Amino acid sequence: MPLLSIEDVTVTFGGLHALEQVNMQVEAGRVGGLIGPNGAGKTTLFNVITGLQDTKRGRVTLDGRNISKLPTHERARRGLARTFQRLEVFGSLTVRENLLTAAEIRKSWARDGSNTHAVAEEVLERVGLREVADEQVDNLPTGTARLVELGRALATRPKVLLLDEPSSGLNEREAQMFGELLLALAAEGLAILLVEHDVKLVMTICSHIHVLDFGQVIASGSPDHVQRDPQVQAAYLGTVEATSA
Amino acid sequence: MTEFLRLTIYGIPVAAIYFVAASGLVVTYQTSGIFNFAHGAIGMIAAFVYWELRVQHHWPAPLALFVVIVVLAPLFGAVIERVLIRRLRGATLATTLVVTIALLALLIGVAQKIWKPESRFLPGFFAGNTFDVLDVSVSWHQAITVIVAGVVALGLWLFLRFTRTGIAMRAVVDDRDLAALNGVRPGRVASLSWMIGCMLAAVSGILLASVIPLDIIPLTLLVINAYAAAMVGRLRSLPLTLVGALILGLLSQYVPTYVPKLFAHNTLPNWLGGLNEALPVLMLFVVLLLLPEAKARAGRINVGARLQVPSLRASLIGAALLIIGAGFASQLLSAILLPKFATAIALAVIILSLVPLIGWAGQVSLCPYAFAGLGAYAMSRWGGGGSPVGLIAAIVLAGVVGALVALPALRLRGLYLGLITLAFGVLAEKMIFRQEYFFPQGSITVRHLDIGFDRLDLGVTRFNSAELYFMVLAIAYALVAVLLLAMRRGPFGRRLAAMRDSPAACATLGLNLTSTKLEVFALSAAIGGVGGALLGGQQVSVAADFFTMAAGLTIVLLLVVGGVATVTGALFAAVLFAYLQILGNDHSWITWIVVVAPALGAIALAKNPDGAVVDIANRFRAIAARLRERGGGIDARVVDPLTRLDDLPLGAPLDSDQARALDRVLDIEEVDCLAAAEH
Repeated sequence: MPLLSIEDVTVTFGGLHALEQVNMQVEAGRVGGLIGPNGAGKTTLFNVITGLQDTKRGRVTLDGRNISKLPTHERARRGLARTFQRLEVFGSLTVRENLLTAAEIRKSWARDGSNTHAVAEEVLERVGLREVADEQVDNLPTGTARLVELGRALATRPKVLLLDEPSSGLNEREAQMFGELLLALAAEGLAILLVEHDVKLVMTICSHIHVLDFGQVIASGSPDHVQRDPQVQAAYLGTVEATSA
Repeated sequence: MTEFLRLTIYGIPVAAIYFVAASGLVVTYQTSGIFNFAHGAIGMIAAFVYWELRVQHHWPAPLALFVVIVVLAPLFGAVIERVLIRRLRGATLATTLVVTIALLALLIGVAQKIWKPESRFLPGFFAGNTFDVLDVSVSWHQAITVIVAGVVALGLWLFLRFTRTGIAMRAVVDDRDLAALNGVRPGRVASLSWMIGCMLAAVSGILLASVIPLDIIPLTLLVINAYAAAMVGRLRSLPLTLVGALILGLLSQYVPTYVPKLFAHNTLPNWLGGLNEALPVLMLFVVLLLLPEAKARAGRINVGARLQVPSLRASLIGAALLIIGAGFASQLLSAILLPKFATAIALAVIILSLVPLIGWAGQVSLCPYAFAGLGAYAMSRWGGGGSPVGLIAAIVLAGVVGALVALPALRLRGLYLGLITLAFGVLAEKMIFRQEYFFPQGSITVRHLDIGFDRLDLGVTRFNSAELYFMVLAIAYALVAVLLLAMRRGPFGRRLAAMRDSPAACATLGLNLTSTKLEVFALSAAIGGVGGALLGGQQVSVAADFFTMAAGLTIVLLLVVGGVATVTGALFAAVLFAYLQILGNDHSWITWIVVVAPALGAIALAKNPDGAVVDIANRFRAIAARLRERGGGIDARVVDPLTRLDDLPLGAPLDSDQARALDRVLDIEEVDCLAAAEH
């Protein structure tokens, strides 16, 4: 059974269909990819899943429970975490404080008596931010700030992780290490949905890819399958007539 | 039935004035995203200038109207847009609100300096001429008011829908950057919208001033009443604003006539005493209650500087120094000056109440005096001879009321919290503090907090009761400051900073924003209560009209001057304020500084959101760094990513700081474009 499932989600902005009858599933222990041209609706879908965006129709279920009516923070408490395409770091805090705050917020609702400082240190290590732990996040380069967002999400010990272009701003080597980190996290049972422009990264680590174009899922399947799909090629490269014109 | 008809017909011109005022608010908010709290004060100033020209200098009405409405008001709008508003892009909501509030206070202050209280009368248009509508006698002035509103409504509609500039204005609202890419100049459009907003404020002020006596505060507040109408249109829709204005206008006629009839002897019971005056803010309350919950929005970048939060050791040392300093001051200050500075410290505690709320959490309260008033009341009622029970009662009462007031607005975005607190400030002033129950015979007696002795002999020096109370105030301030700083260093403080930086991210981590805001709001109100209880003790006899909404705005402004996020700033600003007032007794030109200082503070705030204390500290640090640099020490240059980009050397390799700055500024859009280009 999928951990996160999106059924028939439709979102409209005025007359524009930002998402139209989108269906998607994310399984525990897997990295799923979500790709598509700019403006295809990827971030909107993330906003729908996390409750930052109302839908016209459709529902989102997490672990078999319908969470469509829950406010954002309640969804997070049921195991949903995300990062943002446009950075939403706590810029006035240090890296360590960002992670600590996330762990503290988790402790305040999970009431599990966890040691928040230990959690923060563990995550610092895991995402490789130890060297910049005491830097104010506003002063960090974008790629590093994205890692802070990832770390912050991990500090809440989620079941499902939604990553919105997490590798932009990373160099090739960093991106590769980043991919390995995601695979390791998935191996521990985390369900990951990854929005990414780095096609190479997506094709290497995702077991299943959904392609979104103009708010609709135009293809879905294994990386190989998706790459060969003529509709996908058209969406990305334009049709032959369009490009030659 | 005739009565109903008469009231209805009289309600329409009132609605017309509210509509004109509210439409001005909506236009500026729409195009610049900034809610202009000074709207009412601009209308007030326009009415006074018009009075000056028309009545004092006998100008003909058309000429005076032309000069005020077509020349001066738009000019003023253009100037404030250029000087204040344009700098506010990217500032936090709290900053934007506080800046226009500073403007409000500045205009009130200037008006009070120029136009001393005396009874002034501004004749209506074609005064004395009336005609009958359905057997109800209507004055020409009322008819003209309605016609003016009609012209404004139609004019705005045509302008926004059919002119190139109007369409550009709407485009800027939808997407400023996109509009700019398409050749619209957002700066010019914003400037224009502020000009129109000020014109409309002027029109409403002049229309209103002919109906009520020409008086500074009432006139300003009456235009504030238009908030309720604007809120019905959710600050977006002009037609709904018209509906709101109609409801407000009609209620303003029906309620005073019909509501008393519900009670014995056809008179309002005491507890409803201020109902008529408070009606618009009650309506504002209700409208805000009915608004749907706002979702946290991602993608809004708050520019927040990192604040150095003093360590426990540093804050304890600071507190100790303050208390020792206060000890000396209490012995050195004359019996006349001591109470003034004592008052300043009590005010500083009230200012302090806003630091966690506005400075740390980025939420806004505009009614610090309402909570202070409740605190003073609690101290008077339960603190009998100065018992600490009174202080505890002040904390509890102010905290609980604060939570109750804020609850409906906390679901909404920050601006609404500002508005609802403003409404509550007026409500407390007009409906609570005027009650016999709270302020019998219009005043209460508040005792000094009892510390077990009322004089102290240290051998070298003796403290009398006034000096001891001065010490109590200083210790209270130090204690509150130390506790607040301890909180700021802990989980709750981090959470507030996180919420200020990114509400959306907090929500996705599982933080319930509403309850967090509620906690900090209640905390702020409770501290305000303590400050009020202490201030009351300093005043001893506190009049019911002491804790007014307008006077409370001074607190907000002093906070701004001192720095919204620092605990030292509160004391700095309050003491400076007291000092200037004292100097003002001898040199009247200094009182101008007191009037103008808030505006200067606001301008500084627009440029540097962290306020004076942080600014001074930064300057010292910069000087120290430069000295170190000269001495061959480490390079302490700080690259501010948003302002220093122009300084980056082109064509030369960047050092790591510069590279980071560049990376920050180019950030995501660029990356997006590159990625898109790749595909």
